Amino acid sequence: MTAADSHPVASAAPQATPVVTGLLPIFFSTLRKDLRLEWRSKDAINSMLFFALLVVVIFSFAFNPTAEESRRIAGGLIWVAFLFAAVVALNQTWARELRNQVLDAYRVAPAPANSLFLAKAFGNFIFVGVLEALMTPLFMVFYNLRSIGPAYQLAIVAAAATWALVVNGTFFATISLHTRSREVMLPLILFPISIPALLAMVEATTFILTGEGSPRFWIVLLAVYDVVFTTISLLLFETVLRAE
Amino acid sequence: MRSTFTIFALLTMALLSFALYEALVVAPTEQTMGDVQRIFYYHVPSAITAFLLFSINFIASIVYLVRRSPRADALALTTAEVGVVFCTVVLVTGPLWARPVWGIWWTWDARLTSTLVLWLIYVSYLILRRYSSSGQTAVLAAVLAIFGFLDVPFVYLANRLFRTQHPQPVLFGGPDSGLDPRMRFALLMNMLAFAAFAALLSWIRYRLERARQHFEETQALDALVNPVPGSNRSINNAG
Repeated sequence: MTAADSHPVASAAPQATPVVTGLLPIFFSTLRKDLRLEWRSKDAINSMLFFALLVVVIFSFAFNPTAEESRRIAGGLIWVAFLFAAVVALNQTWARELRNQVLDAYRVAPAPANSLFLAKAFGNFIFVGVLEALMTPLFMVFYNLRSIGPAYQLAIVAAAATWALVVNGTFFATISLHTRSREVMLPLILFPISIPALLAMVEATTFILTGEGSPRFWIVLLAVYDVVFTTISLLLFETVLRAE
Repeated sequence: MRSTFTIFALLTMALLSFALYEALVVAPTEQTMGDVQRIFYYHVPSAITAFLLFSINFIASIVYLVRRSPRADALALTTAEVGVVFCTVVLVTGPLWARPVWGIWWTWDARLTSTLVLWLIYVSYLILRRYSSSGQTAVLAAVLAIFGFLDVPFVYLANRLFRTQHPQPVLFGGPDSGLDPRMRFALLMNMLAFAAFAALLSWIRYRLERARQHFEETQALDALVNPVPGSNRSINNAG
């Protein structure tokens, strides 16, 4: 008699466990699983943080700006550092699933593929968001930054920009699953397509930091970019997931 | 089929020769820039041809995703490759023209940057096709092509906005601003000639890709029916 037997499990009639196929329940359970795994191992966050820090330090050798200048270039530096760090996170999006053949299970499961995509994208969004929250004070220290424009707008830009990066990044991570040199393919196909979003996030941040000009058009461009590419990703994800 | 191709090839050669003559000899010399301006007759038609090809790539990719037709896939690959070639011509003739006229090889103005990004997007498409290790290359590439093409308006918008907020010296008032009618004719001829040339190149490349597809299919079928001697892979040996 094992310990399990001592529990009075539904002994009368065997009840069928309800098959969960809705978009939201699967989204939440997948997201919870990923966050819990990440919290325990802290793989992605640690490597991202260290990589971003290295990029900041290396950039400090390339530019040696005064406080005035640093406000002008900080926008670009920050987002380049976050972009490279985000690629680190995106590359390991599917790492666990590949190792344990979970991806095949996902493919044959009746769950809607989009719930998986959204869970992965949101998971990456949270990881990169945490990175940004941790790195921003560091940036302010290293470059003596003080925002002249309204700082709350930085949060809006960060949210829109991060989503732009991770939605395309998660999608292309799925595409690059089926390629040789997987880790290199992801930035190769992600960067060209992200260029408008990158321009928008850098310009918006620079305008907010320097207080010269309104970041409004850039934020709107980012928002439209987000909507368009989230829509296409949702439409095409199933095709890419099932492509084996 | 072969005779149609030959006729079309000869026609294209004639058109290209005539367009060359128009561009280098007949068209009047530009007032300020001199003879260097004649690169214009290669630069602009190449750009238009490249964009036309990329548009065809977009449509072929959508058709492929809907119908999974190997012909659509062959067309997508063809137009991407030939499009990248013409886009490269744009990016090379541009600086060649810019250096004597503006004194600089390159500047990050809206049009140049957008063309460079366009080139980057389609080169990444070709790299994906080359590095794909699965049998689903066509599907993945088609998806990327759709993403890439839908990105193009954003690229142009973002760069225009960027350059209006950081104004650059006004370099060129647009290719058609007050164009001499003889220049316009030469430009039109060259556009036609380049489009024909692109069609010819695409025809050849398309046939090559279709032949490669057939070859692969035949190889796969052959491996099924005629197994390697010594291996137990054969549909004739059940179990």
